[in-house]
Amino acid sequence: MSHESRQQKRAEIRAMFKSNVRRRLWVDKIMRGAVVACALTAIIPLVWILGTAVYSGLPVLSWAFLTEEPGAVGAGLISIGPAIQGTLILIGLSSVLGLPVGILGGIYLAEFGGGGWLARQIRFFMDVFIQVPSIVLGIFAFLAVVLVLGHFSVWAGGFALSLIMFPIVARATEESIRMVPWTYREAGAALGLSKMAITLRIVLSQAKKGIITGVLLSVSRVGGETAPLIMTVVGSSVFFEDMDTPMDALPLRIWRFSLQPYDEARIAGWGAAFTLLLVIFAIHLGVRYFFMQEHGGKGLRVVLHLGRKVR
Amino acid sequence: MRAITKQERHTPPELEPQRRYKMVTENVSIYYGDVHAVKDITMKFPEQSVTALIGPSGCGKTTYLRCLNRMHDMVQNARVDGRVLLDDTDLYDKSIDPIYHRRKVGMVFQKPNPFPTMSIYDNVVAGVKLNGVRNRAILDEIVEDCLNLAYLWDEVHDILRKPALELSGGQQQRLCIARALAIQPEVLLMDEPASALDPIATQKIEETIQELKKDYCIIIVTHNMQQAVRCSDYTGFMYMGSLIEHGETKQVFERPADKLTAKYVQGQFG
Repeated sequence: MSHESRQQKRAEIRAMFKSNVRRRLWVDKIMRGAVVACALTAIIPLVWILGTAVYSGLPVLSWAFLTEEPGAVGAGLISIGPAIQGTLILIGLSSVLGLPVGILGGIYLAEFGGGGWLARQIRFFMDVFIQVPSIVLGIFAFLAVVLVLGHFSVWAGGFALSLIMFPIVARATEESIRMVPWTYREAGAALGLSKMAITLRIVLSQAKKGIITGVLLSVSRVGGETAPLIMTVVGSSVFFEDMDTPMDALPLRIWRFSLQPYDEARIAGWGAAFTLLLVIFAIHLGVRYFFMQEHGGKGLRVVLHLGRKVR
Repeated sequence: MRAITKQERHTPPELEPQRRYKMVTENVSIYYGDVHAVKDITMKFPEQSVTALIGPSGCGKTTYLRCLNRMHDMVQNARVDGRVLLDDTDLYDKSIDPIYHRRKVGMVFQKPNPFPTMSIYDNVVAGVKLNGVRNRAILDEIVEDCLNLAYLWDEVHDILRKPALELSGGQQQRLCIARALAIQPEVLLMDEPASALDPIATQKIEETIQELKKDYCIIIVTHNMQQAVRCSDYTGFMYMGSLIEHGETKQVFERPADKLTAKYVQGQFG
């Protein structure tokens, strides 16, 4: 075939391509509009809720509201001091119980378990666990901890919440570790590094972002859970006493406020809801600053360093 | 290493005034944010020829190559100044839809990147099929033609339905060449197409280039100076974002006009 006839043939094939510029530009515009509209629609409820919480909750906030014990309704002082304290304790306790299991479990699933029988079963149960309604986990904690110990306790609440936490964290950890390209593990292995060093120093530092996102998601989820707390820490109107007694928490407090017929309680409920948002927001900012920032983000190194000291 | 002053820049010659130029760039500058990566390049690419772009790492060869089919549109905060003409149409004209021009300018990347979820057959016709050609017979013909042009047909004609990733690296790269040819481009851009390949695969790709030259305007970025000598008609030497010298390959390598070019082709730096 000559150059000319080949050119001819190529022109023929090219002529078969779609060439509806005007229609394409129109479709492009419409779809762009649709995508933007959908994105906006998705954030409308979010903005609405946040707006309402700020609007109704902000005026309630005062030093006394945030730090003192709640008095009786009608006594002129409704405060959420113990609830804030309780929520922080519960988030801390459930993190201590749930995060190591979740993160180490995720590492096992991604790096060691592979597609083996055990890993497949664990993965399956994790996925089931994520779907289980939190009240069921509350009932389980009630049976397994409260009935066994014979009383409501902070332990039971932390245990119930950690059950919600660990599958979320484990799956997030696994997924983000899997995203790390295989070649880096090979590069590490070729330097004579141990599997441990490769996983902790090379893979984990790249998967950091995803793991932290998973952790924060689970913290937010746990911070807002009410159902499992009803059957475990129950609620209280005094500050934390010890681990074996009932305790208050923000979601519990909001729930109780909402059950009361008084305007005063309703307004205080908004104040508590806004405070809960603030607490979660502060945790997010803190963790992100600690772990993520280019120069200040020494978190992972600190954790590894502590780990080495313990060993 | 010294900086290049404006006076030192070599003015590109009229290569062969009587020849038709397929692509021309006029005063092209490319910026990544504040970094001025490609500086004021004016260059002409004749039809049915191979032009090699050589120069040390980081000199802007790839960046320049990518502006020839508006690949920088897909990179945030990259900016292109100047004019890039394909058959006298300015690719960066506001009224131009880059999609229509990318169909005329095929590209082969440094690393083989066949679509991992597609078979060999589907990879070759991906461009044509997704642009609306459905006729089975025509697709079959395109697959055979393009795989033949890329010297791959004999190795794969009975495994066309297998996943593309089962091929070796060299075969994958030739598959990518076939894929680029399937959209029937007029210009073929190749960004170090053989850098990840063994000598035999490299030789095959160079043969392919010689064959394709009969129909296409080919622009190839290469680190390998022997490769430039073996398979190009013209060579442009770039250094620190500027085009230092541009001329017939034989002249650039045997009688370079610029001292820097001479040093580079003799292997004194780079």
